[in-house]
Amino acid sequence: MSFDTLMLAVCDGIAYASLVFLVAVGLTFIFGVLGVLNIAHGSFYALGAYVAVSAGIALTKAGFSPWLTFPALFGAALAVGIVLGGLMEKFLLQRIYDKEQVLQILVTFAIFMMLENVQRLVWGVQPYFMSEPLQLLGNVELFGISYTAYQTIFLPILAVIVLVGLRTFLRHTSAGAQILAVTEDREAASAIGINAERVYFLTFIVGASLAALGGAVAAPTTSLIPGMGAEMIVLSFAVAATAGLGQIEGAAVAALMIGLGRSLAVYVAPEFEVLVPYILMVLVLIVRPSGLFGAPQLRKI
Amino acid sequence: MTARSLFFLVVAAVLAAIPFFLPSAETFLAIVYAKSLAVLGIILLLQAGQVSFGHGMFFATGAYTVAFLGRSLGGGDLGLLIVASVVTSALLGVVVGLFVVRYRYIFFGMLNLAFSMVLYSILEKFFHLTGGSDGLRILRPTVFGQSFERAGFDGVLYYLTLALALAAAWLVWLYLKSPLGQALKAIKTNETRLEYIGLSARTVLLVGYVISAVLCGLGGAALGVIQGIATPEYTYWTRSSEFVFIAILGGVGNVAGALTGSLVYEAIRTYAAAFVADSWQLILGFVLLVIILRAPTGIVGMVETIAARRRAARPAHPVATEPAE
Repeated sequence: MSFDTLMLAVCDGIAYASLVFLVAVGLTFIFGVLGVLNIAHGSFYALGAYVAVSAGIALTKAGFSPWLTFPALFGAALAVGIVLGGLMEKFLLQRIYDKEQVLQILVTFAIFMMLENVQRLVWGVQPYFMSEPLQLLGNVELFGISYTAYQTIFLPILAVIVLVGLRTFLRHTSAGAQILAVTEDREAASAIGINAERVYFLTFIVGASLAALGGAVAAPTTSLIPGMGAEMIVLSFAVAATAGLGQIEGAAVAALMIGLGRSLAVYVAPEFEVLVPYILMVLVLIVRPSGLFGAPQLRKI
Repeated sequence: MTARSLFFLVVAAVLAAIPFFLPSAETFLAIVYAKSLAVLGIILLLQAGQVSFGHGMFFATGAYTVAFLGRSLGGGDLGLLIVASVVTSALLGVVVGLFVVRYRYIFFGMLNLAFSMVLYSILEKFFHLTGGSDGLRILRPTVFGQSFERAGFDGVLYYLTLALALAAAWLVWLYLKSPLGQALKAIKTNETRLEYIGLSARTVLLVGYVISAVLCGLGGAALGVIQGIATPEYTYWTRSSEFVFIAILGGVGNVAGALTGSLVYEAIRTYAAAFVADSWQLILGFVLLVIILRAPTGIVGMVETIAARRRAARPAHPVATEPAE
């Protein structure tokens, strides 16, 4: 493999890792606080992408500056996260927090099924494209190869901002402290006056918005097709499990590992592209059953 | 003869008589029976409180075993194909099982999912071996040396899948009553105590896991023969989730849930697809939500509760008990 191909693979991998991180960190954040593994997270990702593309296309058709597609990406992510995430937490998840874990997963699976269908009804099965944000930022030269600035600069910076932002929010703000308190012990937190219901509600909206953001910023780099949500939820679970469920920094490390591994496979052994993330996950879990950063759990007595 | 086994025989007799009255329902019901085998595997694991979102991999193993073996034998014999699919799915069950029985709940469910995605991508990517996403055709095999025309073969499949489904339900019921089956249930309630009495929870779960893998393999082999094709879609995770969905719909407390759930599910899916072609997933999702929120014990559980209430309310009952409410 030549140096140029290696560089291409690294650029691909970093861009991909940034996207997967955005989705996986949302998934793991929700799991860490609410204890619910949200399968509908994949739908939030797909809907974020579809809404962003529709908004972007509508804006450019109406004659607005193509630069407005950037705020459209973020607007779409917030809209999907707040509306869908908010509705889902308020009307469904609140009823199932005290149920068996199996049933919780199935509730989110039912939502996933319904949203997948809604997406098909609204946008059909033909692929959608929107490459404006990608073209507007142009290319950068990196060690002799040319790559889009969107993927080498914009996406990684966004991922780092989210990582640092979430960390700072959780460790250095009072809202973050409240979230950690509720995660640690919901009853004790409620007893000292923290509104646990609101914490759950806001956490879910933040997590859902992150998934939608992942989809929205992924949209310019790929074509949107049905089934993209199903693929992403499995992949982001692989990242979250490799990291150790609930681990935010771990998700970044695992996303990088899996993103780079996958893009190297594309150039070396393309048949294994899809397998690499799962092989990495299984290898990590054989050595460390609770993930890279996860603390081993005491067994239930 | 207990009321339960009498009921079982009556159901078996009614189902066996269906082709004489409703020949058009033959294939539909054969598919229901094939799927109920896989659902039975899921119900078995749910006894231990574990849910797998990856059992489609064993379903696909069964179907692809039939496809590969049938192709190399120029059709092959149904009996041999079924036995072969039991062997391959049991082998894969042991290999994957050895890894996943170390985990519980979410990890267990999602690791199964990851394994099935690995198999899915192998089946899809190595198209020179597996036919890629088009899958492999399954030719009509002979049945114990006899070849059948299409109509006759459909009849054979109907009775074969029915016999398999009923036999499997009966055997799983026996297994769950046995000490090993009771130990499996103890994993859900209290795993540590299980180990205090000298049983390895991992071994107990592994045995259950392999049995559930074989049941799914059988289901896949049967569905492959019925539909004449094995495709990677058999191991896609939405297929595995479908089995879990059917199990919850039918009711996980009882082996009867598998057949009931499959029947109702296939009926909803077929009718929903016929009336609202584009929205059947929407409807299924909604049904699933209603069941979990309103009737978490499923259809069989609901029927049992109603029956128990009636018994309790019956005035002629020797011991007068208050109705549940």
